[in-house]
Amino acid sequence: MDPLAAIRETFFQECEEQLAELESGLLAMEAGDTDPETINAVFRAVHSIKGGAGAFSLEALVRFAHVFETALDEMRSGRLAATNEVLKTLLRAADVLADHVRAAHDGSAVDEAHTAELAEELKALDPNAAAGGEAESEEDWGDFEFKPMAVAAPEAPPAAGGWRVRFAPRADLYAKANEAALLLRELARLGETTVELDVSALPALADLDPEAAYLAWTVTLTGAADEAAVREVFEFVDGDCELEVSRLAAAGADDAAPLVEDTGETLDIGALLARVQAVADPPPPPLEAPPAAPAPAAVATPQDPSSPPDGQGQPRKPEAGATIRVDLERVDRLIDLVGELVINQAMLSQRVMEAGFARASGVAMGLDELEQLTREIQDSVMAIRAQPVKSVFQRMPRLVREVAAMTGKPVRLVTDGEGTEVDKTVIERLADPLTHMIRNAIDHGLESPEKRAAAGKPAEGVVRLAAAHRSGRIVIEVADDGGGINRERVKSIAIEKGLIAPEAALNDEEIDNLIFMPGFSTASEISDISGRGVGMDVVRRSIQALGGRITISSRPGKGSTFTMSLPLTLAVLDGMVVSVQGQTLVAPITAIVETLLPKPGDVHSLGGSARVIAIRDTYVPLIDVGQALGYRAGPLDATQGVALLIEGEGGARAALLVDAIQGQRQVVIKSLEANYQQVPGVAAATILGDGRVALILDIDTIVAVSRGADSLRAEKRLAATG
Amino acid sequence: MSMTVLTVDDSRTMREMLRLALTEAGYRVLQAEDGLHGLEVLASETPEVIVTDINMPRMDGFGFIEEVRSDPLHRGVPILVLTTESDAEKKNRARMAGATGWIVKPFNPVKLVDAIRRVAA
Repeated sequence: MDPLAAIRETFFQECEEQLAELESGLLAMEAGDTDPETINAVFRAVHSIKGGAGAFSLEALVRFAHVFETALDEMRSGRLAATNEVLKTLLRAADVLADHVRAAHDGSAVDEAHTAELAEELKALDPNAAAGGEAESEEDWGDFEFKPMAVAAPEAPPAAGGWRVRFAPRADLYAKANEAALLLRELARLGETTVELDVSALPALADLDPEAAYLAWTVTLTGAADEAAVREVFEFVDGDCELEVSRLAAAGADDAAPLVEDTGETLDIGALLARVQAVADPPPPPLEAPPAAPAPAAVATPQDPSSPPDGQGQPRKPEAGATIRVDLERVDRLIDLVGELVINQAMLSQRVMEAGFARASGVAMGLDELEQLTREIQDSVMAIRAQPVKSVFQRMPRLVREVAAMTGKPVRLVTDGEGTEVDKTVIERLADPLTHMIRNAIDHGLESPEKRAAAGKPAEGVVRLAAAHRSGRIVIEVADDGGGINRERVKSIAIEKGLIAPEAALNDEEIDNLIFMPGFSTASEISDISGRGVGMDVVRRSIQALGGRITISSRPGKGSTFTMSLPLTLAVLDGMVVSVQGQTLVAPITAIVETLLPKPGDVHSLGGSARVIAIRDTYVPLIDVGQALGYRAGPLDATQGVALLIEGEGGARAALLVDAIQGQRQVVIKSLEANYQQVPGVAAATILGDGRVALILDIDTIVAVSRGADSLRAEKRLAATG
Repeated sequence: MSMTVLTVDDSRTMREMLRLALTEAGYRVLQAEDGLHGLEVLASETPEVIVTDINMPRMDGFGFIEEVRSDPLHRGVPILVLTTESDAEKKNRARMAGATGWIVKPFNPVKLVDAIRRVAA
């Protein structure tokens, strides 16, 4: 990549970081953070974006960032109070800034009217802007074009003859590392010079103070340079020296032009870079003897400008720790290989057992260690793909603000457990369902401010988004403190749409779960916000596709909570290995509540092949896996097998009857769809220790199919999965 | 023996931009992310010029310049302030702290190299 394009990419990456910093800083301030470092960090974020944007001539971005920065500067210096109102405006401005960054990146359009509106709001925040602020900011714009630096100089016509410059440095000039010799050299670039040294102030050697300034120079410059050019040479030392510039009597004028012409034109940075080499005459030898060649340090960047600007050797911010970027493909290849290693190790263990080695033998013990190591390698490799859910959580505040603005409902988003880690693929595929659920929570979940007031609730609704690890899975909750599910209405809609029979007797939980049915939508009219043609059924399907479950619990008047439980990785699964009619199958352990040995009196027939099993004081359907998957024609005598009590989605329970349990094992998931095709009732496959393929059961489908010849829900589910 | 320039800026974009412009002009470039980091680099390096941003976390440009000027080893090194702050107050504060000169952003490589040539041999 051309180095400038690479830096441009760096800029946009950095912008994303700055935008995240900006938003989290503003949110912290909204939550009451008064640490001055927070507003400083917020200011710096906008400032940096503006700085980089200026270098790439991204004018619209610079312009908005500038207005934003001005408001933040007011706040930073204490002239603007960080009230909630002000912070809300700043947060919306942050969204607009983000739009501008993305627009500049991918060339898309930004909402000009919205930008102008926010810019006006920002300007209105500035108490000084009310009068004459406009003019001031106009003047400020000058800095963002490549205009010559302002030099206090009267408009002088080019002198035909030249200039006489008397220059007497003070000690301060040297203290700031300015160098009289360099200034004289610079002056010499403007034309022909004659230099006279004035040593009259020089004391006797004994009285000489090495830090003091004693020398003065008088330079006669002939040439076409104007007074501004002459004074510009001394721009940096203005105030640290005595300087007199007076016009020479006419003399032969040379045509020497300044080497670097400040034309004030606006140039593209690439063009400017191309000029650099021409302008930068090879750096002349230093005045002093050069220091001994310094040892190459870690921070030194390569001399070769064509080397990739990857920030190599340059320490990251301390809190970020040392990181490297690796192709995802390489990581996935590693994960695949580790999967094979796990399988191989299991096979080897089995062979060794079969060969009759004693458990205490060196071989068996070595294998135990190998097994442990393999596990550790597997965990470590999986951890490479793990990322905190923060990356998807931090997209939500903006969504909440937008939906809140559209619905006119004041909403506060509370997030928890942002650091919870889960596989990258899971994170990526969480964004859409989460977005939809949060929209729903605000649009349908929260009541209008009037209704809330009537119910004695604070006007501001709360949407809570939380993540946590629970027994080897990640659990994500989206909760609102709204009115809860209106069960009467849900039921009547479901009947109206023919989703359930009018006489169906459903308990509260079952009614709540109706909202996951395809074609169900509680909104009487399709709103702009949630009604985008997808309903909760799509959310549920995408969660299921990730091997997850989603449940809802709702309390009238108190709100609803959606709980999603997802595997931490899509690559391995903790499984219960069972036998069914000579086949070896794997049931995901997460679905299994308990296992039991049915006794003759426990099982009751309901006619046909339908059976139920009594578990303590309730009855649950008993499903013969062998029959459900077609391994055998007739049902197995329940007392000859083992029942796995499982909890499917929505908390529905059932018992799966298998012939025997072989054991518990972590298995590497091999997609069946990728290698064969989708089979109802089978989620995936794996390779066991003996090298044979075992199918992993899709428990929800098996339960639904077996239960549901008469249930529409099951058909829908099958249609959804198959 | 090319001249060494230390650039101090918290923005990765700016650092890369400076590096590109300066290496193009034939300088050796050192980088630091803020004032404190800049001082760390100075513990083992003796650049001939320093270009620093003002607004940085941990230690800003003013603090950094003051530290450099009070370090007997580096007090004589020319320091250019690179910042979008063009107002007189900021410039004065930088000069009070001991800045040798300044470059106003947006970044212009020609001006940068020109300014370096003006303060360094």
